[in-house]
Amino acid sequence: MTTLDAKIPAGPIAEKWDNHKFSAKLVNPANKRKFEVIVVGSGLAGASAGATLGELGYRVTMLTFHDSPRRAHSIAAQGGINAAKNYRNDGDSVHRLFYDTVKGGDYRAREANVYRLAQVSVNIIDQCVAQGVPFAREYGGLLDNRSFGGAQVSRTFYARGQTGQQLLLGAYQALARQVHLGNVKLHNRTEMLDLVVKDGVACGVVARDLITGEVRSFSGHAVVLATGGYGNAFYLSTNAKASNVTAAWRAHRRGALMANPCYTQIHPTCIPASDDFQSKLTLMSESLRNDGRIWVPRDAGDARSPDQIPESDRDYYLERRYPAFGNLVPRDVASRAAKREVDEGRGVGPLKNGVYLDFGAAIARLGRSVIEQRYGNLFQMYERIAGEDPYTVPMRIYPAVHYTMGGLWVDYNLMSNVPGLYVLGEANFSDHGANRLGASALMQGLADGYFVLPATIGDFLAPLLGTEPVPTDDPAFREAEAAVGEQVRRLLSSTGSHPVDHFHRELGKILWDNCGMTRTAESLDRALTDIPALRDEFWSDVRVLGENESFNQSLEKAGRVADFLEFGELLVRDARHREESCGGHFRVEHQTEEGEALRNDDDFAYVAAWEWTGDSARPTLHEEPLAFENVALAQRSYK
Amino acid sequence: MDLNLKVWRQAGPDAPGRFETYAMRGVSEDMSFLELFDVLNEQLEGRGEEPVAFDHDCREGICGSCAMMIGGRAHGPETGTATCQLHLRKLVDGDTIAVEPWRAAGFPIIKDLAVDRAAFDRIVEAGGYITAPTGSARDANEILVPKEAADAAMDAAACIGCGACVAACPNGAAQLFTAAKYSHLSLLPQGQPERYTRVVALVEETERWFGSCTNHGECEKACPKEISIDFIALLNRDYVKAQLKNRALTGQKR
Amino acid sequence: MTHTQEVSTADHRGGADDADRLARYTGPPIPVRRPRHPVLRFWSTAVGKKWVMALSGLALLGFVLAHMVGNLKLYLGESHFNEYAEWLRDLGEPALPRTVLLWGMRLGLIAAFGLHIVAAAQLTRINHKARPVQYQSHRDYVAANFASRTMRWTGVIVALFVLFHLADLTWGNANPDFVPGDPYDNVIASFQRVPVAIIYIVANLALAFHIFHGAWSMFQSLGWNNPRWNAVRRYFAATFAAVIAIGNISMPLLVVTGVVTK
Repeated sequence: MTTLDAKIPAGPIAEKWDNHKFSAKLVNPANKRKFEVIVVGSGLAGASAGATLGELGYRVTMLTFHDSPRRAHSIAAQGGINAAKNYRNDGDSVHRLFYDTVKGGDYRAREANVYRLAQVSVNIIDQCVAQGVPFAREYGGLLDNRSFGGAQVSRTFYARGQTGQQLLLGAYQALARQVHLGNVKLHNRTEMLDLVVKDGVACGVVARDLITGEVRSFSGHAVVLATGGYGNAFYLSTNAKASNVTAAWRAHRRGALMANPCYTQIHPTCIPASDDFQSKLTLMSESLRNDGRIWVPRDAGDARSPDQIPESDRDYYLERRYPAFGNLVPRDVASRAAKREVDEGRGVGPLKNGVYLDFGAAIARLGRSVIEQRYGNLFQMYERIAGEDPYTVPMRIYPAVHYTMGGLWVDYNLMSNVPGLYVLGEANFSDHGANRLGASALMQGLADGYFVLPATIGDFLAPLLGTEPVPTDDPAFREAEAAVGEQVRRLLSSTGSHPVDHFHRELGKILWDNCGMTRTAESLDRALTDIPALRDEFWSDVRVLGENESFNQSLEKAGRVADFLEFGELLVRDARHREESCGGHFRVEHQTEEGEALRNDDDFAYVAAWEWTGDSARPTLHEEPLAFENVALAQRSYK
Repeated sequence: MDLNLKVWRQAGPDAPGRFETYAMRGVSEDMSFLELFDVLNEQLEGRGEEPVAFDHDCREGICGSCAMMIGGRAHGPETGTATCQLHLRKLVDGDTIAVEPWRAAGFPIIKDLAVDRAAFDRIVEAGGYITAPTGSARDANEILVPKEAADAAMDAAACIGCGACVAACPNGAAQLFTAAKYSHLSLLPQGQPERYTRVVALVEETERWFGSCTNHGECEKACPKEISIDFIALLNRDYVKAQLKNRALTGQKR
Repeated sequence: MTHTQEVSTADHRGGADDADRLARYTGPPIPVRRPRHPVLRFWSTAVGKKWVMALSGLALLGFVLAHMVGNLKLYLGESHFNEYAEWLRDLGEPALPRTVLLWGMRLGLIAAFGLHIVAAAQLTRINHKARPVQYQSHRDYVAANFASRTMRWTGVIVALFVLFHLADLTWGNANPDFVPGDPYDNVIASFQRVPVAIIYIVANLALAFHIFHGAWSMFQSLGWNNPRWNAVRRYFAATFAAVIAIGNISMPLLVVTGVVTK
């Protein structure tokens, strides 16, 4: 085990970023075109990084496995984006956003990164407005804000329920402009399948063209991964179907450290699965909890329809257990409470897998039209999916995996421990600690891509002036290409009896049951036996049809599931090692008397960064100690 | 419920295609149309046949990946709904439903139901943006945007780029896509400096790939975001203005 | 858009996306060469052509309406009708010599017809190229109606009819009873023949369908769109089409059924 150096600049927290930018080496404008940067992923972080690097004059190669950069899953974010603008005059400031994020992250984030995030949040809004993002407006033409996710100030900017879409389109359009100018070369339907490292430095990637099956190498002075989170390890999540861990995992296998994989965020208001064929879960905005009341029948096995259950037989369990916050307790608390009700047999719906979110009282109090105004589109979405009218029948909700705070380890410059490899957005671990606040994911992706990476990458590139990228016929590339080709051949020559989805579903079940909302040493140990067994079964019993040389979605999926099967084990191992509860990681053994997450700051106030050793059962742990100099450590309470 | 799917199978861009009929028995009406295809594909794989290729990703109606011509309509019978949000309860038990890929010269078929929509990227690259290099922006609240303008721009910006407008158009025109992108940017104050260069660039690029609008209005009905053809009128008007008026003094002379 | 001041590394790179292989191999399906002159460049786009079609259509609508109003004098009797025909020739006197204004209008009309037809033909070709392979299953149209989908056929019918109409009542070579300078008797003689009456009725039905879509579509193509008036556009088109159909069809119908005679 070694202690990692995060390269946090010295000085007071408010001055670190400015000082760091000043002390970083710069690349002369005329020289930028001599550097080749590969960006993988085209979501908020990737597209904004690609566009900005292109604007600066770097030569950018952009890879996305989607048919267009605009399809990346950032597009599905609904709620909004935080920024410390203090346009509401309600006491917000950079320091408050910083404080809220560190505290919300349950004191497992790196202070310096979070402070920088809060600082540049202000610039993000300016940038997006200039690009034409149609944020909601007041009648006077000024920007509108709302409070989000229990924040005490209104700092969230939004574009209807489609903020992620609009921000991504802004970044995508800026990227498209650079593509048109020739500064960015875009390769769509091209999936990165390996990282190429030569002499310990990242020098390129190997990717497969998803239409022709051709395996190609891309070489550059630096590689930027912005490939999103790994929530789909759980099979059922609110992530898009294609979201995966492959790029990050392959980088991990080439030496990049994977940090805090056990921090997974569960969102409490999703629509429960309706049958075994359910392919994904749909999230509904958390704002519903502002007016809806959550309840279950008092008695397990009560099969009456909700309108037949009198008040006396209903248990408004959140209001009962948390009188002060009631239905507005934080995501993780609300999620665990729902799980407890369902586990104890009081779940509702045909599969007894949800709890009611009831608007009856709100409609009686405010009238249907007010509710329609506030939540009309959400109710419509629910009706479309569940086939029930939420104005008359209470909604059914259940928690689902939503976001992953863990990811590849990066230092203050967003560079991983492999020199030349940068990781942005949800793919890195840096800013959210053990739990992410609502409307902060969009902020982080854009901060990384628009403002942080473009300022830090020069420091790495400047000394490389005059060097050419490693040629793609170098043995390092040849070896990686061969490894990719070998895996494709191995998958296609499989003669098993089960399709890929079967294994993915099984893995998801193992992870959800044993390493989901609550975790125990026992359940984690069980998962640590089950996952390797499932992985062996996968390689002996999977069946992948079709050929490499044409569009083959089963083959794509198979490679991704194979990586999830390795990654899932590390996720569980990390959860097993972290003998405390914090944010998205709840160990039943470690809770307060009130059932709250109980941190162990003495032993676990560090980032756990795992190194691949070739043996998935024995990764090496590296620690980055976390110092809290600006926010005092405290215990959360919502009673 | 039971459904018979008549699915277009085509091995590659140049391969001949044909309809294959698959009987789906006892499927749940709570399933989405894409989940029906998941089930079909699992059955096909079980029989050792190649699964049907189709684009899909977010499955919540926002990424714009899914694209199927269902029963002669883009995204199927329910209005304002993408294929992924179409649930079987909206279909009739026992029906035979033909499922085809989008058909347009600008959307070549990759395989089965998957098509290549890169032409949309080309259109956006040609002018579907506001030039605002990172870091150059002034304070966000210094630009006043009337609420109505922001709302109208948002209505247009809701486009998910799925291509249903092209698929539904009897002429294979992409006018609604282009008009939506154009209107989003040009209804906002930030979009004014490039307004007329943008409209020319967008129209000319669109027409390299797609047909011409003859105002059938079919696109508006197929659009999962119900974007209005009023935006097409705006595009047309501004295009004529851009071409016929002298803009030398506003710096927008081509 | 062209940006000359912009930093670009394009000279090192060679352009945009080389991974959308399908488009790379096939090239843009509808390659267009754009002329340099602004007017020709405008005409080279489909939006430009549609604008020309809308304006020429507007002119033709005016003609069709005026033509119908003039011809309804048929019901006022021979002297009124022939007087009107003479007046058309006198139009513009004394500022202009006799028939000069009429010929000016005719030339304008021919130009409008010509542009309308050429634009339509070119757009049809573009649209055929835009979908070389048709849908292989039955299309279920929602908004596109019979009128909008048959524009090119109703257009062809009307164009052929115009030629017949000229041969019948202007040049006289399709009308055995043609007497130059006696329009009233020529019309009655022509309409009394059943096949000719049927041709007129069918052609005017086609014209009505053509107008039903065209008079609405025109507003869109010109960009005349205002939520305040948008609903009126449909009514305008429907009313216009109905008026033209009723007015124009009534004449052959009443003559062939013997209600109106010499």
